[in-house]
Parts: sequence; C-alpha cells; structure tokens
Amino acid sequence: MEQKKEPLLEIRDLSVSFRMYSRGLKQTDLRVISDLDFTARSGEITAIAGASGSGKSLLSSAVLGILPDNASVCGRIYYKGRELTPDLQKKLRGTEIALVPQSVAYLDPLMKTGEQADGHRKPRPTEKREKLFRRLGLPEQTEYLYPFQLSGGMARRILVSSALLTDAQLIIADEPTPGMSLEQALEALKLFREMADSGSAVVLITHDIDLAFEFADRISVFYAGTTVETAPASDFRKGPDALRHPYSRALWRALPQNGFQPLDGFQPYAGALPEGCLFAPRCPHRTEKCTVQVPPSREVRGGEVRCYYGA
Amino acid sequence: MKGILPRLGRIFLKNSFKILSLLLAVSILSFVLVNASPVDPVQQYITGLGTAVSPEQREQIEDYWGADDPPAKRYVSWLSGLLRGDLGESAVYRRPVADIIGERFLNSFVLMLCAWAMSGILGFISGCAMGMYRGRRPDRFLKKICYVLSSIPSFWLGLVFLLVFAVWLGWFPVGFSAPVGVLSADVTLWQKVHHLILPAFTLSLVSFPNIALHTRQKLGDVLDSEYVLFARARGEGEWSVLFRHGLRNIVLPALTLQFASFSELFGGSVLAENVFSYPGLGSAAAEAGLNSDVPLLLGITLFSALFVCAGNMIANLLYGIIDPRIREVNK
Repeated sequence: MEQKKEPLLEIRDLSVSFRMYSRGLKQTDLRVISDLDFTARSGEITAIAGASGSGKSLLSSAVLGILPDNASVCGRIYYKGRELTPDLQKKLRGTEIALVPQSVAYLDPLMKTGEQADGHRKPRPTEKREKLFRRLGLPEQTEYLYPFQLSGGMARRILVSSALLTDAQLIIADEPTPGMSLEQALEALKLFREMADSGSAVVLITHDIDLAFEFADRISVFYAGTTVETAPASDFRKGPDALRHPYSRALWRALPQNGFQPLDGFQPYAGALPEGCLFAPRCPHRTEKCTVQVPPSREVRGGEVRCYYGA
Repeated sequence: MKGILPRLGRIFLKNSFKILSLLLAVSILSFVLVNASPVDPVQQYITGLGTAVSPEQREQIEDYWGADDPPAKRYVSWLSGLLRGDLGESAVYRRPVADIIGERFLNSFVLMLCAWAMSGILGFISGCAMGMYRGRRPDRFLKKICYVLSSIPSFWLGLVFLLVFAVWLGWFPVGFSAPVGVLSADVTLWQKVHHLILPAFTLSLVSFPNIALHTRQKLGDVLDSEYVLFARARGEGEWSVLFRHGLRNIVLPALTLQFASFSELFGGSVLAENVFSYPGLGSAAAEAGLNSDVPLLLGITLFSALFVCAGNMIANLLYGIIDPRIREVNK
C-alpha cells in the first residue's frame, strides 16, 4: 500500500450557489457546485477533468475566496488542517496559494508583462523571472510587451510564470496549456512537476486529458458541479475496467484513441439539476435508489467514488 | 520612443486640416444665419455712432461697406479680411474685434482654466470614490449630488451662490473681475483671485457631475474585469487594485472627457460670466448678441469653434502619446 501524502487542501461537501433574480423581484438560488469533495496533497499534481460548465473554474474561485458577492458557499474547506476562513484566504492569496488563470483577459491591458508576472509584492523577482521566461521559450524583450502584443500561448506562459514566481505551496492552474505548442506545454507541465516535487501541491484544471494522464498523480472527474470520481492517474492509463464511476468510463471511451464513443444526452444545467445522483439520467446502470438520493462518497480501491455501485 | 515627434506631427497636420475645413463651414453657416436674421448691421453701426445721420450719409456708409452687394460677394470680402487677420470693427466697442477677443479671452481663460482644473480634479476624485464604494453610502450620497447638480441650470446656481456667499455671508464680491473704483494698475493679485473664486467654482460645477459619473462608471467596469479578479486572487487589496490597475485604465477616458468638455466650458462661461458680470469672452458674446454687434458675434463664433476643436485635438494627441495600444500600433 502506497503511503498517503499529507492533504494540503481538503474540501468536503462544498456547495456554491448564485442568488439570481428570475422574474421581477423573485429570487432564486442557482446551484453550480453541489456536494463536491476534493483533496490536493503536497508533492502531487491533482488534475481536474470534466466538461465545460462542470464547475472546475468556480472551485478555484471558491478556494481563493474571490467569488462574486451574490455567491453563497456552504461546506468545509481545510488548508493544512485549518478551516479556510475569508480572513485566512485573504492572507494566503498570492503568497501560499497561487492561481494560473485561463486567458489573456486576466492580464491588465495597460501594464507591461514583466511587471505583471512579478506582481505587486516587493522586492520584484526580476532575475528569477528572466530565467523563467527564457525557460518557457519566451523571446527576449517579452517583458516589455503589452498583453495586446502577445499570442495566446505567450499570454498563458506569462500567467504560468506569475504563479511559479511565488513560493506558493498550492498552485491552482486553470487550463494553463491551450495555445502553447506541444514542447511549450510539456515544458510548462514539467515546471509544475518540479514545483510538486519540491513539495507544493498542484491542481491542474484541464481539458487536455491526455496530458493530465501523463503528468498528474491523481485525477478528479467533475460532472455538473460535483466530483464523481477521484482516482490515481495510473487507473486512467489502464482503461475503463480500472475506473469506478460510469461517467469516468464514458469519458475514457470518448477519447479519440479509445474508440471515440460519445455518451448520449448532455450534462444538466445548473438550475435544472435532477434529484438524487446528478449522473443518473444518463447512467446505464441506474436504479430507483439513484434517482431519489445522492449517493455518498465511498473509498474504493484507493480512489473515491460517488456511486452506489462503483467497484 | 523613436519616431514619436514625426508621428505627432502627422496627427497634428491631419487634425489641422480638419479644423480648417470645419472653421470654413462654421464661417459659412454663421454668415448665412446672420444674413437671414432681421439684424441690420448698418443700422447698428449708426446707432453705435451716437449721432444723427442723414439719408445721404447713410447711403454713403452702405456704399462704403458694400451692403447692397450679393451675399456671396460680401462673404468673400469678409473672409479675405479674416485671412489677413482683420475681423472688422465692433459696432458696440468701436475697436477691432481681434483686440476685444484677445483681451476678453485672457480674462475668460483664467476663469475657464481654474474651473476646468477644479472640475477635472474634483470630478475624478469623486468618481474614484464612488467607484470604490459602489452601491454603498458614499457612492449613493455623491451620486445624488451629481444628479442634482447636473439638473440645475448653471446660471441659477450662480445666482444662489451670489445670494448666499456674496450677499448674505459677504465672503466674496458681487461681481466684476476687480474692485470698483480702483485703477487697474493698482489691483492686487489677491483681489483678482478673490473675484475669480465664485464664478470659477460655479463654472466648475457645470462639468463636474459629468466627469464624476463617467469616472465612476469606468472604474466600475475595471473593477468587474477579469484582470482585477486575478489581481485580487494574487492578494492585492482594494487600494493596490485602484493604484496599480484602476487609475492606469481610467485615466485615459477621463483625460479625453476632460478635453472634450471644452465646449461645455465655453457654453457655461457665457452664463456664469453674465451672472457675475465678469468681463470675459462669454459676457462679450452675450453683449454682442443682444446688441446685434455682427462683426464681434461672428468673430467670437469662429474663435469658440477653434477653441473647442483645439480641445479635441489635444485629446487626440494625448491618446496617441499615453495609450500604448495606439502608440505601438502607429509605430
């Protein structure tokens, strides 16, 4: 039995809803994350895979405490065993927890990229940044460019370096690789690997499942705002028989190299979530029990699965 | 920044050409309007002489001025005078129009500059405060003030200020740019400033709400942006966000607005100067209009068009210097 590494971030039964005005002054709560469990361990890369709208990016906002004002959060988040309160989040943002956001829109359009990568903290890590930029294949003088002069891949590499320049122990990277060439993406992931090997926990939110299989230690599969399965990456490399949840298996089979078989139906929208298991309407193995009550999270063969029948 | 001067020169030339053609259009339009109005310049000139004139003399004056020539011919002769720097002679003041405009503009310029700087600075700061406290008490309070100010006509506000600060409290003089009965050489700087404060403050309130509300909106947009979300995710506090990202991104639109407000400023100065009997260009414009002083009126019209255009051109040039997106692309 492999020794379990210490959990750095532990999320239990997290739900996030947005208060909205539906018609006139009538308020409704739109639940976008429900009963989500997630763990990130020091020294590991944990990938989060799932379709668009499955709540991947919102999870990072919830951990950092930067959700919009109309969001309400319930559930528990622990960081190093301590409950992650708004005050603690404020203290840890940018120092112990770093975010790699998704797109060039997260860069200030009127600030030079070098200054942005350095961030607002003093002293500026200029030398370290120059080395990092070169390693990521960013040409000289990139630090003097403005975001509108960058390609998508360059912008992403700058966002990646902004997180790598901190001494963060938890790095949440939200789709860091699209737009990069394969070598650049590999280099970026290698850097994340090095961060993890030096003791940080890296959370890799990604659509690029192949790369996640390759670089991650564990993979969490998201569906409609909840985690359906968390398993070692090796299980995903082995194939569907090693997996525990019908959705993870369907995801595996939908990959081009594994048969390219799509699953019928679509992910339910927030606001129209089914009772019980969120995957039940599309599940080939569902029983009456699944449509009534949400299955609890269970440990199965070194992974976690939220299914009555996962084995 | 290599090549910034030639580039600015190019923009300047392009804009100058635009301004010249606009001035030509303004001159034609105002000439046509005056021509179509019932104002009789000859009669106004004679009234201005203050002596009785026989019908024969009147005929001579009309002949001398070419009052019976077709309008196009009169326009061309006026324009050729204009190009030689001769704007004609004011019927009311009996002095060259150019001299009057120069002298009055100097007074107005000081007044407008003070009002302009005051409204710009106060408007920008209030706008930032509103943006930072969006939806909360300081924002609601300042927003109400802005709405009230922008719905009050400036001349009425001027009258109220006069009543309160000059008549009741006696803090400021009731009018003019210097004390009555003092030789202009003896007027001290403090006396000038003392006379300037109330009209300048009134005038500044004309564009203050506009600038404050625009700045508020812009700052709100910036604070809702993804790059500010990212800045917060990196641990930047409210003030760091304002100074690192907010100001950088709102100062450009604010500057443009500030220079584009020249037109409001000029319009407002006509009213403010009249209320405070301030001897500036605005009150000269009003006098010229009321006394049918055609040469002066046309001169001021052209001058104000030039003034507003200059403001817009400065805004254009500044954008090219400050905004890296325009600067780098134009390289």
